[in-house]
Amino acid sequence: MRRTGIFYAQLGLTILLCLFIVVPIVMSALAGVTVNVFQGLSSGLTLRWIFEVWDLYASSIFLSLWLAIACLFVTLIAGVPLAYVLVRKPGRATRLFEELLTLPVAIPGLALALALLITYGGVSGYRSSWLFILTGHVLFTLPFMVRSVAAVMSAMDMKTLEEGAASLGAGFWRRFFTVIVPNAKPGILAGALMVVTLSVGEFNLTWMLHTPLTKTLPVGLADSYASMRLEIGSAYTLIFFVLIMPLLIAMQILANRSSKPARATAEDK
Amino acid sequence: MSMDLDLKEGRSRPSLLSSFLTPRAAAASPAILTVLLIPGLVIVAAFFLIPLARVAVEVGNGPEGWGTYLLILTNARYLESLIQTLAMSAGVTVMALVLCAIVGLFLVRNRFAGRSILIGTLTLPLSFPGTVVGFMVIMLAGRQGVIGGLTDAAFGSKLVFAYDIAGLFIGYLYFSIPRVILAVMASAEKLDLQLEEAARSLGASRFRVICDVILPGLMPGLISSGAICFATAMGAFGTAFTLATDIDVLPMVIYTEFTRNANIPVAAALSIVLGLITWACLAAVRSFTGEGKSLPVRGGA
Repeated sequence: MRRTGIFYAQLGLTILLCLFIVVPIVMSALAGVTVNVFQGLSSGLTLRWIFEVWDLYASSIFLSLWLAIACLFVTLIAGVPLAYVLVRKPGRATRLFEELLTLPVAIPGLALALALLITYGGVSGYRSSWLFILTGHVLFTLPFMVRSVAAVMSAMDMKTLEEGAASLGAGFWRRFFTVIVPNAKPGILAGALMVVTLSVGEFNLTWMLHTPLTKTLPVGLADSYASMRLEIGSAYTLIFFVLIMPLLIAMQILANRSSKPARATAEDK
Repeated sequence: MSMDLDLKEGRSRPSLLSSFLTPRAAAASPAILTVLLIPGLVIVAAFFLIPLARVAVEVGNGPEGWGTYLLILTNARYLESLIQTLAMSAGVTVMALVLCAIVGLFLVRNRFAGRSILIGTLTLPLSFPGTVVGFMVIMLAGRQGVIGGLTDAAFGSKLVFAYDIAGLFIGYLYFSIPRVILAVMASAEKLDLQLEEAARSLGASRFRVICDVILPGLMPGLISSGAICFATAMGAFGTAFTLATDIDVLPMVIYTEFTRNANIPVAAALSIVLGLITWACLAAVRSFTGEGKSLPVRGGA
């Protein structure tokens, strides 16, 4: 292919945008292991800040992981059957319900948190427990699980599969667990990764819903940015990146794998 | 996999019997469908519908009654914040669309070494929390930032803009780029190259091809990703919170009213209005493009 000036201009802009994204990430990662940011890298490298963050915020990191797992559990139990019904019974009522379901994503997290606080803020045992944050996370992530599973389910000709299983005498629950769920696995996996990633990174809702005893990772991050020295904030950010990167990469690999066959057929045409 | 085999056998055997049995037998009974729906219904009803209705009513019980909803238009401070937030979100959306249309088209049309790394990089911040995005802006344009360091070395004075409106803009752009670029690339892949060749063979200049063929083809994708970008920017809180700028974006005003002033009816009214704006924006675009697929990924806001 002939590479024109326009090619290089576009390439230049692309690289510039990539630098815009990557430079601050690298900077903060470096600052997290630098002895003194104000003197720069020449002051030497250290793991001191990482340990300090661990001492200060380990509980918030574990709470975030625990919340993500709990959130995944709830969205699986509620979301997979929901996706099945939405795909299997398309109609006005289901469309309306789907709209309702995605509303918590469409409206700002702050508004959602406010509604939860005003309604359930007085229930003291619930308000002060991690379950309160879990509620917000589930509302926010459930639509992603449902969409991801429903997308795979509507592409897999569920009716024929089910009719086949039914003609062999399988009852509904058997069909659901041995035919539907295994076939929807790619969607469930993609949805699960999405739910965990979003839950670990959720801030807008969580900041409003948290108490001093239920701080999650992003809440701790905001706290460290506001009140700790730059190195500690950076080291904490580094820990966050190390946690979230594998999830993001897995998500991209999964997305590439599922989009490849589609692209191949498009090119065949 | 083995199920597929079983299936084919099952269907080819007693065709009459199966055609008689299957249509009803395969459909789950209404009772089962209800059972499947219950967990989701309970969650949405108890933790979303009821709280939302409760808040909507709570506003009416405030000192100003239902008029609280109009405060966003009648109170100068809230109105100014609304206008600033709208302008900011619109500006970031336009900027992100222009940049991502150029870069997205480039990444779809060209194959070269390192291309997938570039794509991976651009979509990296997709699920960064808003606070981290704010911190990234501080790293870039803060007192110890890269830009400050570069300008210090070049001109002897540090350029620091993380904490004013430019910093906020940069932050919003940072979390907008990943979601817009994904949508633009998806719709750029669907473009019909033959249309462009036809236009070119008819003598259209490069500029005309872009205006009359490429842009109209990309338009649905640009509109829907623009709406997602705009709605995300309207509701973004973490970035503004970390940067602690003196510009009052609407989510920050809501937060201050709620926590510092304990002005719950006003905070509730403002957040309902904000929610209505973002929802209406997304719903309008969905009915316009006829696509139900686009779900705003609001991780990094």
